[in-house]
Amino acid sequence: MDTTAQRPITIAILAMGGEGGGVLAEWIVDAAEHAGFIAQMTSVPGVAQRTGATNYYVELFPKLGARSNALPPVLGLTPVPGDVDVVIASELMEAGRAVQRGLVTPNRTTFIVSTNRVYSMTERIAMADGRADSAALLEGCKSAAKTIIHGDLAQLAEATGSVISAVLFGALAGSKVLPMQRMAFEAAIHRGGVGVKQSIAAFGAGYAAAEGGPQPVKAEAAVIAHISPTLAPLMAETGSAAEPARMFMRLGIEKLADYQDAAYARDYLDRLKPIAETDKRHGNGSGMLLAEVARELALGMAYEDTVRVAELKIRPSRFERVRAEVQAADGQIVEIAEFLHPRVQEIADTLPASTGRWLLNTGWARRFVERLTKSGRVVKTSSIRGFLQLYAIAALKPKRRRSLRYANEQAFLHEWLRTIQTVAATNYALATEIATARTLVKGYSDTHERGRRSYDMLMQMLPRIMEMPDPAAALAALRKAALADDTGTALGLAIKDIRPLPQAAE
Amino acid sequence: MAERSFRDEVEKLKLGDGAEFHGEGILAVTKALLQSGVSYVAGYQGAPISHLMDVLADANEILEGLGVHFENSASEATAAATLAASVNYPLRGAVTFKSTVGTNVASDALANLASGGVTGGALIIIGEDYGEGSSIMQERVHAFAMKSQMWLLDPRPNLPSIVNAVEMSFELSEASNTPVMLMLRIRACHVYGRFTAKANKRPEFGLADALENPRRDLSRIAMPPMTYIHEKDKWEKRWPDAVKFVEDRRLNEFFDGDANDIGIVMQGGLYNTTIRALMLNKLADAFGDSKIPLYVMNVTYPLVDKEFVRFCAGKKAILIVEEGQPDYIEQAVNTILRRADIQTRVYGKDVLPMAGEYTGGVVRDGIRKFIEKTRPDLLPAGAPISDAPLKQRESKAAALVATDVHGRPPSFCTGCPERPIFAAMKLVERELGPHHVSADIGCHLFSIFPPFNVGATTMGYGLGAAGASALNVKAGKRAIAMMGDGGFWHNGLTSGVGNAVFNKSDNVLIIVDNGYSAATGGQDIPSSFHPHASRGTQNSIEKAVRGVGVTWAKTIDHTYDVALMRDTLREALTTEEEGPKVIIAHSECMLNKQRRMRPLWRKAADRGERVVRERFGVDADTCTGDHSCIRLSGCPSLTIAPNPDPLRREPVTKVINSCVGCGLCGEVSHAAVLCPSFYRATLITNPSGWDIFKDRIRTAVIGFFQRRIERRLAAA
Repeated sequence: MDTTAQRPITIAILAMGGEGGGVLAEWIVDAAEHAGFIAQMTSVPGVAQRTGATNYYVELFPKLGARSNALPPVLGLTPVPGDVDVVIASELMEAGRAVQRGLVTPNRTTFIVSTNRVYSMTERIAMADGRADSAALLEGCKSAAKTIIHGDLAQLAEATGSVISAVLFGALAGSKVLPMQRMAFEAAIHRGGVGVKQSIAAFGAGYAAAEGGPQPVKAEAAVIAHISPTLAPLMAETGSAAEPARMFMRLGIEKLADYQDAAYARDYLDRLKPIAETDKRHGNGSGMLLAEVARELALGMAYEDTVRVAELKIRPSRFERVRAEVQAADGQIVEIAEFLHPRVQEIADTLPASTGRWLLNTGWARRFVERLTKSGRVVKTSSIRGFLQLYAIAALKPKRRRSLRYANEQAFLHEWLRTIQTVAATNYALATEIATARTLVKGYSDTHERGRRSYDMLMQMLPRIMEMPDPAAALAALRKAALADDTGTALGLAIKDIRPLPQAAE
Repeated sequence: MAERSFRDEVEKLKLGDGAEFHGEGILAVTKALLQSGVSYVAGYQGAPISHLMDVLADANEILEGLGVHFENSASEATAAATLAASVNYPLRGAVTFKSTVGTNVASDALANLASGGVTGGALIIIGEDYGEGSSIMQERVHAFAMKSQMWLLDPRPNLPSIVNAVEMSFELSEASNTPVMLMLRIRACHVYGRFTAKANKRPEFGLADALENPRRDLSRIAMPPMTYIHEKDKWEKRWPDAVKFVEDRRLNEFFDGDANDIGIVMQGGLYNTTIRALMLNKLADAFGDSKIPLYVMNVTYPLVDKEFVRFCAGKKAILIVEEGQPDYIEQAVNTILRRADIQTRVYGKDVLPMAGEYTGGVVRDGIRKFIEKTRPDLLPAGAPISDAPLKQRESKAAALVATDVHGRPPSFCTGCPERPIFAAMKLVERELGPHHVSADIGCHLFSIFPPFNVGATTMGYGLGAAGASALNVKAGKRAIAMMGDGGFWHNGLTSGVGNAVFNKSDNVLIIVDNGYSAATGGQDIPSSFHPHASRGTQNSIEKAVRGVGVTWAKTIDHTYDVALMRDTLREALTTEEEGPKVIIAHSECMLNKQRRMRPLWRKAADRGERVVRERFGVDADTCTGDHSCIRLSGCPSLTIAPNPDPLRREPVTKVINSCVGCGLCGEVSHAAVLCPSFYRATLITNPSGWDIFKDRIRTAVIGFFQRRIERRLAAA
């Protein structure tokens, strides 16, 4: 006789505070008790309720045979690696955590995973792209599980106006791993009595997803749908470039025509021409240098000045986007207010170059404007007054090419392109890296200044970097260091590391 | 009003004889108290027994109906001292708090209580906050039981056993004149199960009887020479009485097994885990039928020597499954067996880990090692659990996720009023450089994690200011101390503020006044903003600090005003004025505010009333993906999203719809001069006639200009 034959069904739920993991566990217990199971559930909330990871653990034991009637089974309070039948994760990184904890094992576990991402603090506070590798996480989940059901269940919840716990409950039912009928699950939702209609809809969506039903499709990456006749000849000139340079060039043309005018887009192409030739002469056929310059040059030429910001804020498409983003229903009025804090620098930047320089260099005038711009302003774009203020600033667009900022930015880009050209002749990879390094210069005010400082430091290090065994990698490492913190500590250390000590220089 | 309401569930407390109770562990404990004829209950909230306090608060009417008095104690020391009512009177009383932090605070009162001894049953329900999900340092309550000589019950984690343990505790306490501690682990507190109820019992002797017929007994007061007598009495009388009671009433349980030359001894609380571990080693079935004899200690202090001698008879080895360190029980068992000259080998922390939670996997592996050493013949041949290809898949999976799973430490909720305090602190840091920050216990301690990374030490609840007290010399910078309103009333007013006044400290203290004991689940405190039927709320913190002698005190009524917060903090750090500088940052806990207001807004909207909701957003086309705004906030609603511009690689910042429009994003982008991407959207549901009129005019005028813009764009 095998005394260990009868065992409970074990279910672990990994969620985050506020996602309704507790409700899901209660539904499972309720459905199971009505289906003749002895159910036990426990949880570890604690401070994890405050946005941290939480987990719930449920055990179900069939109330079959005389034995379980007389003597209750001893049910566990913690999931044991290798002994978990179902693991439900409400988010992809939490799914990864379940794998890491060994709860998901190929001998046993049905793994229900919502692939949506709730970004961790580490990912969110990165100065550039600090996101975890979703593909690796999902691959890990697939490798660990006996059976996996995955999909963006959060999107299904949103589509059905419900919460993810109901979709997960549906997916659990649809996985058919528990010996209960669909109706038994749904009855638990009905007995719960809260938000029944939406929960049932979400349950249905989850059930269908588990059965391999169609999943919602994410919007495709932007493609240029319509080309205006003015830009057609410019677009035609990109034909000879290899991908992805060609795509970037086309996007650049469109961006700059929108930013200024077709002539500005023409300038863009003209500046790329010598780079394209250099790429052909010194490149390895990949066209990477041209691609990186095409991408960065477009961003550099479309620098974010007050005119650009004002123009983007008042567009009709933007009003529609805000309504969609805040999920305004018909009949609801939406008012929009901007938080702007122009300083004397931004004002000078917008003025004609000579006037701007005068303002920055004339003590009393500068102090006067500084006093006026000490605190930030809230501009209500949806009011006539606020709208017209921004409209007036946006109207300065035709005069942009005479502004101080324009002069400064063009000088900067000119120098950057010259450096790339010079370096490309001897080191193609390093030139490509220099092209990418411009990415450090972004944002507004302090952020922009910090980025520019970091970029300048990298460029100052170029002669030294070129003496190193792998200059491109060295520059890339410095760029990453510049993005490691916003105090410049990591970059300072990285530079110290490669700067030769006096005696070592001999 | 607490975060979680038990208003419906407390109806189960009325169940009578023979009815089946279904519910959570802590609710079962409450029912057991009522079945035991308890006269008074008190406590201080804290995981994992916060919900026990919430249940009691929500059950106040039922308690009053039974003549049971319930108090929200000011601290665990207050709670423990409350048990003084059971010293001279035949009153059964119970108090509850989390351990070991609560026990630390309570230990003065507990030591006095245990020295003099009790007449009525005195029960301390301990939420043992140990292992996964714990929020405190990892220590054992066992040490407190030993040092003051209180009995410690650690029942099997199922509702019938827990309920029985509560009832037995009162009897044990009365039989041995000793307070009894009943410890419940986190998962046992939250375990859902069932038991057969008994009728509630009204106390025979009430609190009013005590007040009207006061009694005293000098021999029970902890003062020399009585304390010398107490010490002897503890050993000569109370201990043997307790041991006899435990034996006679069979509080510990024995289960036979075929392999009777070995045995396993465990704390009752680890019974289920041990059975599962045996089951996974194919040594027990799901009903607890084990091949190896088991000794389940539902009472872990005192140990019953005779039971050990009996259990070890004929056994070559036993395994002790004892969670946490030091291994008090294992050491004691070795002493017992040596004294009795019994040669049974004691295994324990040599096959199980010394530290850390005893989860199923840990105990499974420990038991396997024990069996391998003592009875390898009991183990099935070959690899027991999984084979090589499966193992390979597991390790491949682990390697794939290794670098991409980040920790998720707790952080401030969406719209939390404490976040702007730390955003302001970061801005002041840019001007004046970093300062020493002494942190406290409470939600504000989340500042130690990214993105704020603020706070050097935390010495205990309400001890933020005390933690900075040595740093009280003339220097170029002052220390900043944090304290919550919960900690302030718990002890911070005296240990921190009074101490700083008395010692002429120049430091700065920020008191976070959010209206609740927020971190423990939103319980009310003396300075809660709203009037309360049965508690005295709305007491001003500023008045209290001025009352103990603070002269520089400022209350900020809207913490979201980051510029004001920054300027006030700067002033506190630089003012010439002597003595402690106290800033009271007063804004309601957003979690509780939303819980309170959301249903009201929904109802108003359904009634067709004008409802205004604000939320923030980010324009993806002006956001350059630097995320400075997130580094000054960390709000869960402020996250990132793929950049819609294919030319850019950095994800953009995005505000998700859980935003409550607290205003911090706008304030921060102003105060820190960040970027113009933030906008505030005001959504008006059921707009008034005036709203609609205004909107029409605006749409007409703005629409005119927008059409011009569109034409120009199309022409380009």
